[in-house]
Amino acid sequence: MTDHSIEDNSSKVTVNIAGQEQKVDFNDLKSGGFIKQRQKDLFVVRLRCPGGRLSTKKLVEIAKLAEKYSKKGVVHFSFRQSLEILYVDYRDFNALVAELEKIGQKVASCGPRVRVPTACGGCEYNPNGLTDTQKMAEMVDQKFFGTPTPHKFKTSFSGCPIDCARTKEMDFGFQGVVDPTWEEDLCTGCTICAQACKEDAIVSDPDSGKPIFDPMKCIYCGDCIRACPTESWKPKRYGHIVRIGGKHGRHPMEAIEVCKFLPDEKVEEAIGKTIEWYNANGKRGERLGNTIRRVGLQSYLDFMEPIFNNAKAPA
Amino acid sequence: MSEVKADAFLDLRGVLCPINFVKTKLKLDAMEPGEILEVSLDSGEPIQNVPKSIKEEGHKILEVTREEGFFRLKIQKNA
Repeated sequence: MTDHSIEDNSSKVTVNIAGQEQKVDFNDLKSGGFIKQRQKDLFVVRLRCPGGRLSTKKLVEIAKLAEKYSKKGVVHFSFRQSLEILYVDYRDFNALVAELEKIGQKVASCGPRVRVPTACGGCEYNPNGLTDTQKMAEMVDQKFFGTPTPHKFKTSFSGCPIDCARTKEMDFGFQGVVDPTWEEDLCTGCTICAQACKEDAIVSDPDSGKPIFDPMKCIYCGDCIRACPTESWKPKRYGHIVRIGGKHGRHPMEAIEVCKFLPDEKVEEAIGKTIEWYNANGKRGERLGNTIRRVGLQSYLDFMEPIFNNAKAPA
Repeated sequence: MSEVKADAFLDLRGVLCPINFVKTKLKLDAMEPGEILEVSLDSGEPIQNVPKSIKEEGHKILEVTREEGFFRLKIQKNA
């Protein structure tokens, strides 16, 4: 057994693990995904599960470790889709992390940095899905996880306008959209598209039954494309609506839409550049939405112009 | 107008989502490839949802006729 000698002065402790003295600051631990519980010496260990997706093999292994290290034998699904092992004694951290490492499972992070991205199921298996949200979440996790920022930086990916991943409440959110286009030659005037459109963006011509499209009402969900029996409605382009500066918490803020139809391949650059702007302009402890308010949206849009192109400050 | 002859009929008026689709699917599963099923679907939610699901299963909607408060769809079972 390891020998533990602990000197407790509020948040700092010295732990002697296997003959090695280690200073542990409970506040620093948060950056590593260890969150102090109400109970003495016990912590929540938050795992890193981008998009909330896990292989069943890994899940079984995690379950075994949770059984071994949770003093109460419980886990909790965090609000950002990651699995948390509860009631872990901090003296077991090294052993638990080492065992997690063996099964390829990393520990998450809290504090002022890029957090684990969240995502819905996306187009892989969800019929509503327009973008591969899981693939994007994995990319963000690999490229940006843990990058320091003035305050927490939360990203999410929704595959369609139903927006289950709540992109409007993220520091930086991406919601899948499709631009529909209509070919008259193939249309039989069946009127199903007008029925399928929940936004009243399509009404049928009373005589021909053919669609009359109002782009101002369209939210780019693709229901018309999916419902059309003759492929007369087709996808012209897929992309992401990009939203910035949202948050929940004590003082929720709704994100501002800054780009329509950002293609998949520009998402990485958009995030990288936004972090750069945030780090250059944000004050310590200030969420991105408040930085945008203080500095002005135009400053951000000017900086992002090479990536967003079409981005204009909303009226 | 309608020159496609249906091999089977299903009146799904008054049947809610997703039961109407499930019934359509089960009927189609029992049919031969290329055969035609005619279904009647209510306006509103049924006509918003069922055609999408039929397409996603790979079947072809050949004909749509609008009636008073409902729609008549002719569906060809996938090959």
